[in-house]
Amino acid sequence: MGSEITINVCMGTGGIAAGAVEVMEAFRRELEDAGIKDAVVEKHCKLHKVGCRGFCARDVLVDISVGEDTATYQYIESGMVGQLVKEHVVAGRPVQEWLVGEDYFQFHDKQKKVVLADLGKIDPESIDDYLAVDGYSAIGRVLDSMSTADVIATVKDAGLRGRGGGGFLAGVKWGFCAASDSAEKYIVCNADEGDPGAFMDRSIIEGNPHAVLEGMLIGAYAIGAATGYIYIRAEYPLAVERLKTAISQARERGYLGKNIRGSAFDFEITIKLGAGAFVCGEETALIASIEGDRGMPRAKPPFPANSGLWGKPTIINNVETLANLAPIINNGPAWFSSIGTDTSKGTKVIALTGKIRNTGLIEIPMGMTLKEIIYDIGGGIEGDRLFKAVQTGGPSGGCIPQQYIDLEVDYEGLLSVGSMMGSGGMVVLDETDCMVNIAKFFLQFTKEESCGKCVPCRIGTKRLLEMLTRITEGEGRMEDLDLLQMLAEDVRDSSLCGLGMSAPNPIISTLKYFRHEYEAHIKQKKCPARVCNALLTFFIRENLCVGCGMCKKACPVNAVSGEMKKTHSIDHSLCIKCGACYDACKFNAVLKE
Amino acid sequence: MEKEEQQKLENIYDTSVAGGDNIIAVLQQVQKVFGYVPEEAVDWFSRRMNISASKFYGVITFYSQFHLNPRGKNIITVCSGTVCHVKGAPRITEKLAGDLKLKGGSGTTKDMLFTLENVNCVGACSIAPVVIVNDKVFGKQSPGSMAKNIKSYKE
Repeated sequence: MGSEITINVCMGTGGIAAGAVEVMEAFRRELEDAGIKDAVVEKHCKLHKVGCRGFCARDVLVDISVGEDTATYQYIESGMVGQLVKEHVVAGRPVQEWLVGEDYFQFHDKQKKVVLADLGKIDPESIDDYLAVDGYSAIGRVLDSMSTADVIATVKDAGLRGRGGGGFLAGVKWGFCAASDSAEKYIVCNADEGDPGAFMDRSIIEGNPHAVLEGMLIGAYAIGAATGYIYIRAEYPLAVERLKTAISQARERGYLGKNIRGSAFDFEITIKLGAGAFVCGEETALIASIEGDRGMPRAKPPFPANSGLWGKPTIINNVETLANLAPIINNGPAWFSSIGTDTSKGTKVIALTGKIRNTGLIEIPMGMTLKEIIYDIGGGIEGDRLFKAVQTGGPSGGCIPQQYIDLEVDYEGLLSVGSMMGSGGMVVLDETDCMVNIAKFFLQFTKEESCGKCVPCRIGTKRLLEMLTRITEGEGRMEDLDLLQMLAEDVRDSSLCGLGMSAPNPIISTLKYFRHEYEAHIKQKKCPARVCNALLTFFIRENLCVGCGMCKKACPVNAVSGEMKKTHSIDHSLCIKCGACYDACKFNAVLKE
Repeated sequence: MEKEEQQKLENIYDTSVAGGDNIIAVLQQVQKVFGYVPEEAVDWFSRRMNISASKFYGVITFYSQFHLNPRGKNIITVCSGTVCHVKGAPRITEKLAGDLKLKGGSGTTKDMLFTLENVNCVGACSIAPVVIVNDKVFGKQSPGSMAKNIKSYKE
């Protein structure tokens, strides 16, 4: 009998977008092929779907393991599967040219995986897979031998801080709620991951949904809740499906329901779909939304831990916070607090994206420097362009410039340079990105998403956006810069909730570190990064133009003229600077300056 | 209202409201069945649940998921997350809006074949810029490639 063969296909959203469903189907077909069926049966070949392991840029990723030997393939398409099966599975010869390279291992080497440890290894739709990696052993331990006070003390000692952005100590928050003698309490999993450029929570749920359920069980036990809600974005259909599957499996096996594992502890979970409002990530807005109302925040106190859902004590924890709980219970608080910095313990899952070579989902020990993240894990800037800034914390965060590249990433570190951890999105920007445009992009976002309840946020973000728009269109005045700064600070200081308080961060940080770019837009009427079309002039380069006519066809105002196979030109009196010619040209002949 | 429509509303009421669902969940059901939230449905539920219609409209207009007008047969969603933005999503939107003759970068075509819209972030940043047509995700797109992809939906 030959050694056992396992084939893992990455089936997260990234993998599926790259064609993982087709790859999976192709494997199924090929393995059932009559000609090789005997060989496959003899080798105990198993086909497995797994969640995201992080390196989505290389999807579809496929692992083929023969016994202990694992080979990982990248960029696999369904058409390549036949050869993989024939050569690797049947003949035992890995297909060298499709294997991942050095950089795949570099991407993983410096990471420290706690939350993501089992992603990419287990089938997210199988509770047996989760049980096989010691899943639900933490809740077993909690129910068998720990009091609610023990659990809270453990989480406090571990120093786990909320991973959704606030960074409040999870154990302390639980303590407030546990102290209440209300007969009804709730625990809510906040999976309303609305930051653009963030996909940590989605990937965790898609890759290991049971870990989130187990975290909720531990939290519910600690605070004395019998009902839990998962508030998740409707834009994440796959994650919702996998959660539903996980919940029904957990119920079947007695991890949800009455008298869990023979104890007196009852717990049920309901999924609530968000309806598309960024502000619902804020705790009190989220509560309003679960209750069926407009998701508008209210003033705090009272805090939800005292008066939350339907006026009852409610704990709201982020997906990643919950996914940290089982490892903390299993390995002890000392183990957890040995990872990280003085004030920020454990690891952080980060969505590393933007203009870098290796984009994807990573998990780092707190305190790793930006440089290590961007260059060692991320492989440096795409196309060898120059690094300009890294944007962290989504619309609530700021842009960190080159001079802080050695900054250690933890809650306080990021705050000290005018940004924040947020939920952990990191977007790397290079020399071709205009910082005024980036600030405008985020203000556009927060203006749209402002719920309108408080004046500073509702009107302030609109006025800030108007000023930024003026500057990017060459209508800015130097006084605007002081006005921007002043209004930004006012909005920050006087808004009702976190959305408004942090909305000006992208402006404040770019004004601080990239003031020269604002000035170039205003004084020279130039966009140094050549992004703001209104400040650019389009030319056609004679030496590169082949006269194909594509730009002429693309121009919406007939500003391009020229005969076929002869150099074309742009009439600047007609040009509306839309950039259509630039996009249409296949020969790089259109120049913008 | 047609009898058939009435029956649909009745069904939603039976499965949703009777199960204790709130306004948001009811509206999500209505939209699933009709493709949008028709005014008649709001009136019907308002009377049936004894909740004022303004409360429904308050919720509908608050959340970007709800639509008060019929939508196209094919829904094109351009992701406008940070990464898609810096990798050129706005130019894709412009190109598609131009091709479909939609002003303002979003809306539904006259022949009801396409609805073009933006979404904050679909969390597929590794393959940015991303465009979703119905359920199919297109990654690493350019204005040109996306214009081509749309053609197959035109029949």
